[in-house]
Amino acid sequence: MNILWLQSAGCGGCTMSLLCAEDPNVLDLLEGAGLNLLWHPSLSEATGAEVRRMLDAILAGEQPLDILCVEGSILRGPNGTGRYHMLAGTGRPMMEWVRDLAGIASHVVAVGTCAAYGGMSSAGENLTDAVGLQYDGGHAGGVFPATWRSNSGLPVVNVAGCPTHPDWVTETLMMIKAGALNENALDGLARPRFYADTLVHHACTKNEFYEYKASAEHLCEMGCMMEHLGCVGTQAVGDCNIRGWNGANSCTRAGYPCINCTAPEFEEPGHGFTETPKFAGIPVGLPTDMPKAWFMALASLSKAATPKRLAENAVSDRVTVPPTLRKPKP
Amino acid sequence: MTTLLVGPFNRVEGDLEIRLEVEDGQVAAAYANSPLFRGFERMMVGKGPLDALTITPRICGICSISQSMAAAAALADLAGVQPAPEGAKVAALLHMIENVSDHMAHFNLFFMPDYARAGYASADWHGQVLDRFTAGQGSALRRAIEARADLLHVVGMLGGKWPHTLAIQPGGVTRTPTARDLIRIGATLQAFRRYLEAETFGGKLEDFAALDSIESLEAWSGGDAALFLRVAVATGTGAMGKGSGRYMSFGAYPLPDGRVFDAGTWDNGTETSVDFEAIQEDISHAWLLGDAAHPTRGETIPDEMMREEAYSWCKAPRLAGRTFETGALARQIIVGHPLARALAAEGGVRARVVGRLLELALTQIEMERLLRSIRPEERFMDQVPLPSDGTGVGVVEAARGALGHWISVEDGAINNYQIIAPTTWNFSPRDTAGTAGPVEAALVGAPVSEGEDTPLSVQHIVRSFDPCMVCTVH
Repeated sequence: MNILWLQSAGCGGCTMSLLCAEDPNVLDLLEGAGLNLLWHPSLSEATGAEVRRMLDAILAGEQPLDILCVEGSILRGPNGTGRYHMLAGTGRPMMEWVRDLAGIASHVVAVGTCAAYGGMSSAGENLTDAVGLQYDGGHAGGVFPATWRSNSGLPVVNVAGCPTHPDWVTETLMMIKAGALNENALDGLARPRFYADTLVHHACTKNEFYEYKASAEHLCEMGCMMEHLGCVGTQAVGDCNIRGWNGANSCTRAGYPCINCTAPEFEEPGHGFTETPKFAGIPVGLPTDMPKAWFMALASLSKAATPKRLAENAVSDRVTVPPTLRKPKP
Repeated sequence: MTTLLVGPFNRVEGDLEIRLEVEDGQVAAAYANSPLFRGFERMMVGKGPLDALTITPRICGICSISQSMAAAAALADLAGVQPAPEGAKVAALLHMIENVSDHMAHFNLFFMPDYARAGYASADWHGQVLDRFTAGQGSALRRAIEARADLLHVVGMLGGKWPHTLAIQPGGVTRTPTARDLIRIGATLQAFRRYLEAETFGGKLEDFAALDSIESLEAWSGGDAALFLRVAVATGTGAMGKGSGRYMSFGAYPLPDGRVFDAGTWDNGTETSVDFEAIQEDISHAWLLGDAAHPTRGETIPDEMMREEAYSWCKAPRLAGRTFETGALARQIIVGHPLARALAAEGGVRARVVGRLLELALTQIEMERLLRSIRPEERFMDQVPLPSDGTGVGVVEAARGALGHWISVEDGAINNYQIIAPTTWNFSPRDTAGTAGPVEAALVGAPVSEGEDTPLSVQHIVRSFDPCMVCTVH
């Protein structure tokens, strides 16, 4: 299968993240999977007129297109013209190119949260009228309406993440190639379930602190960041702490909160990214699927039961109290 | 005279279109268009100042840490503090890793593959370039991608992930490394040194870093560096794309005892310090409304009508009314590296690429030195209370050169945020006086063969600047 990759309005970080794929490297992986890059903005030789000729050949039906990957949001502004992003050399807005090419491609993949939902490109007053391919924030319907389906019968596949994980992209593409990605493999926001059925909380190294509500008060402290520092890992989908990033790491492992970058509208939390909104001293956001009364009851109980080791380490920048060693049997 | 429109221009970061006026087989005038408007400066208005640490890295996926560093520095300046010394060291190490990753990605993935084009097939060196640097295929690319992914484990360990870490804060860094972490990072750095010495340089980094003249450079015989040097001379492309001879650096990697690479300007042999007050962003040829202004007073109001006389979303920054080139070559000229100084007057494709190679070697050596100096028993982050009103400036050096953030805060919220990115300097459009931006000027005289619609010379010259268009159009 071939892949055409376009960079729309975004930072290019999802491509940069893709290049961090390991075991094997991304070039070997795609080749081994029978995936061929028809054109990619960072990797291909063709530039300028050569690319325009290739795009024209796709539109004319002379060049088949299996997978269209779009990275970055689609700018509809100003005034619905899309002219805030003209595809260089073509005199046409990227919005129009994506509309035309998506109608021809067998599969359409939105790479990253911008392409999926609008993402950071749509933050603030959204001056550029940025939108996702098939979502406008959390609302179905973006450049394409909610009912739109690519020629494969699938909606736009949203490999959301800011950036998205290299393996989320490569595994999605390999599943498409293998015919293993059907609508049941996507969650309610069209994200591949192989990473969206887990929460960032799963395998978070701060879990023991979470269990006892032993909270960090400042960034750089070891405790759980849910209570004071804006962490929404208990609500955010992603296997970040299971799979690991750039080695075996993650945001929470580096001491800063999960900001739910796989979700629509993460860019506008309605409060500071590293603050937890509270009502009467209690965090407003609850862990996913947790009944409020039970959470309150368990939290107060576990807080009362916090071992000294966790209470002290939670507000320290390193382990100051190590686990107690068991005494040998007499 | 014929007009050529070159785009989409790939193997640069982001979207770029170049309009060329060609006369008598060469470029008579060039116009650099950044065809994407993003509006990050406006996004931040009304938000809490700390949100800049989450938002600004997302300006750019390739120089994300540079944006983090500039934002953290601007916030520290707003608060009137310095980060915890050990935190500053870790932040600098993270920044060095990113800059080195960018330099090696540029050389292997973006720049060299143009020499593998069929147009050079008759050259005696072509087979070797084809094997090493065919776009998306070559053996050097595959190895570079792996070495880069391994190197970025250091960012993973200290910063959680790359790009878009939130680990760098005005008071230091959020992750306190242990002695074991530092040992592990040392092992990763040694593996990267081995890669550089085996593949890129074919020799000791110290030997390449010690080159001090064009003669000694041309005698370098190892690795892909030597292959480039040979090809640059054989094709004549090395001498193309000569700049103005004016270079600028904001100074890289602030450490407790000063910056590793100093700030300054160089104007054809004359050195001076950077007069930050003399910076103005001209918008006469940008689709933006308002007047030329210093970034503390700058605005970002898009011209929805996209008026005729303008042709880019990029502003035109000028220092005391003049263009300056920024990047690795500029940094090393200003630091006074003898080879960089020897290349300052040449100032074309070869000089820019060698500037980056030189920095690859120098920065690896600096990373090793910096790592040895980090003391894990110390604090890595201080808590920094921010004032509810005030201003701050953060200036750093991204891989591509001088980057500045100017923040203004009122009643605890951002009321203005202006950013000047390196490629905004290098790829600026014309200003009120009609003076072309650095890449526009460097393209004049580039040879165009009969029938070429996407001239190769133009591609070599443009890519020698390593543009980052997504930063440009923040």
